Amino acid sequence: MSGAARTATGRSRGGWARFWGAAALPLAVVVLSVAVGAAIILVSELLVPGHEFNPWLPLIAYEALIEGAIGSPNAIVSTLVNTTPLVFGGLAVGFAFKAGLFNIGVQGQFLMGALGAVIVGVWVSALPPIVAIPLATLAGIAAGAAWGFIPGFLKAVSGAHEVVSTIMMNYIAVAILAAAVSGPLKVPKSPSPVTYDVGNAAFPIIIPPIGHLGIPLAVLAAFFVYWLLLRTTWGFQVRTVGANSDAARYAGMRPRLVTIATMSFSGALGGMAGSCVLLGVTHTMTSSFGTTVGFDSIAVALLARSNPLLTLLSALLFGSMRAGAGLMQIRAEIPVELVDVLQAVILLFLVLAPVLRRLLRIRPPAGAAEASATPNATPQPGAVI
Amino acid sequence: MDITPIANALYGLPLIGILFQAVGFLVAVIPPNSPNIMNAAAPLALAALCGVFCERSGIVNIGIEGTMLASAFTAWVVGVAINPMFGSPTPGPVFGATLPLVICVVAAVVVAMLISALHAYLTISLRADQIISGTIINIAAFGVTAYLDQLISKSSPAGAGNFAAYVPPTWLTELPVVGWIFAMFLNLGPIAMSTIVIMLGAQIWLFRSRWGLRTRAVGEHPRAAETVGIDVIRLRYHNVIIGGIFAGLAGAWLSIEATNSFQIGMTTGRGFIALAAMIMGRWTPLGALGASIVFALFIQISQLIKIAPPGGDLGAIMGSVPSQAWDALPYLLTMVILAGVVGRSIPPAADGQPYEREAAA
Repeated sequence: MSGAARTATGRSRGGWARFWGAAALPLAVVVLSVAVGAAIILVSELLVPGHEFNPWLPLIAYEALIEGAIGSPNAIVSTLVNTTPLVFGGLAVGFAFKAGLFNIGVQGQFLMGALGAVIVGVWVSALPPIVAIPLATLAGIAAGAAWGFIPGFLKAVSGAHEVVSTIMMNYIAVAILAAAVSGPLKVPKSPSPVTYDVGNAAFPIIIPPIGHLGIPLAVLAAFFVYWLLLRTTWGFQVRTVGANSDAARYAGMRPRLVTIATMSFSGALGGMAGSCVLLGVTHTMTSSFGTTVGFDSIAVALLARSNPLLTLLSALLFGSMRAGAGLMQIRAEIPVELVDVLQAVILLFLVLAPVLRRLLRIRPPAGAAEASATPNATPQPGAVI
Repeated sequence: MDITPIANALYGLPLIGILFQAVGFLVAVIPPNSPNIMNAAAPLALAALCGVFCERSGIVNIGIEGTMLASAFTAWVVGVAINPMFGSPTPGPVFGATLPLVICVVAAVVVAMLISALHAYLTISLRADQIISGTIINIAAFGVTAYLDQLISKSSPAGAGNFAAYVPPTWLTELPVVGWIFAMFLNLGPIAMSTIVIMLGAQIWLFRSRWGLRTRAVGEHPRAAETVGIDVIRLRYHNVIIGGIFAGLAGAWLSIEATNSFQIGMTTGRGFIALAAMIMGRWTPLGALGASIVFALFIQISQLIKIAPPGGDLGAIMGSVPSQAWDALPYLLTMVILAGVVGRSIPPAADGQPYEREAAA
């Protein structure tokens, strides 16, 4: 079972030991990934012609990365702002995992959420903030939910695997966004495609200079999803369908409906991530409005093992990497894409968990038999790729 | 009875008119662009073949996209690195092939086989979730290639060179009515042209050889296959790694045949569209080839609509949609096919299920 479920049921071990059992492997994974990242930096130095080899470059890079993430109050706020959409995205992926679904479509749900938020945000931009903000946010959530509903519905009705269909939805979202921003939403006579500002619908800044309302909302969302999964009937259904959809059906649940509802809710969280970035950070949309949130979210959820509360921590880790990457690029002349590489290395080590456990002699947490990176997914009948 | 007024009234309906215009548009644009259609189908077909080999033996490989991207990058970067060593050779007489280009293809294939071997190790030996393993390959391939591309592009290297398309004799391609079909299958680069042969060969291999029979047995019922003495684990490893060869070729097509450059994320979902083509082709190589051609047709149409929109009512309707939206057409088609065909298309029974040997008694 998942980490979250264990916390609810496994009272036998002490709190600290339980925490250590759950955290030892992720910590080992992060430490190892940092080491591999350093090796990658050293090797890639050799690739650049005319570059003088500097054996300390990994340290310079990591120092800049850390300084850019937590080196000053402004850096910390920037980390929090970068973390916010990752919390929502990580919750979206993790929640779908719990039902045995793999939502790789957070990217598209994010983009559609942002699009929904900007459309309604511009429309209500003159209304008082107390009305405009909820309206624009809800529009983003609804657009994301719709973008999650379609793959969920197709999966439930025809068995079209959500992995391929959500990826396709990502590309369709990119095309729709480009068409909308350069077509109906474009500010007339503007030289480049850009929408109007969302005005009063913009999230208020609560931590200067850029910390917006989305930050506390993300924390609330994590606790809300935690409560939803562990304390409500629907959450129980989601986990049961994820653990064994046949058993769930024999118990009188309806796995197909759960699939549709789960994908919609997951999409809503993805849409909320998009609302947050649009209403909290950019306030307008250009045709180059893109994001790395979609794939970062998968990494966040896998590292947090789909536990909503651990998602906060794991999003913070990736958010700080995103926040610090800019300074790293300036100081050490290392492309920000190193963050993507580090992310992939972290994920690879997570899948290699059984091997790592053997090598590092980490005992698996009590009651956890399966590999930590594996969601409690069972192949559902009729599900094919 | 005179049906002329009815026919006239029907023709007056925009719907019928639009239908005629659509057919006219297709007839007008397909023949001149036929080599482009086959060219766009080739990487899809090769990637779908990778999927066929994996899934026929019971392993779902969602990482084909990343595998293609990594081999596209490898082909390009190897070309950039070794071209100066060969003194930037002049293009050869056949397909403009040079020794460095051939080395590029080999390197791309080797990298794809290594990535497939990793997928095989994670999914077969560690029994990790097959979807997660594939997703990690995709994320890793995107990150590593983007990172290295940024580093290498700093010194703005010379190109890697690329293969040229074979130009068939004009008397053949200018034959009335059927000339464009010859152009479609002959006016191609080496990888695209060999795709047709590869798909044919794979069809025979999979359905007429001992290896193929065993592969299909392992994908349908591994336990039964094991009891008749087939080494399930080994056969799955072999098939996944062989599948990598085709993903590698598809990747090389992107960077040293279709273009002579590498762009970040240049696969643009082809690896996933290929999975849909594999399903539509019912897990057979020739079916996958046919499905790939259908997808390629739509990819080409989505581009042609932007360049040369049809006239009449159809053009007016199409013109009312912002041109960027047409980019969504192939992806939309993929979803429709996934939703519509999947129910009737039956995957190998053991597809996606990890296999654990029974403990020796």
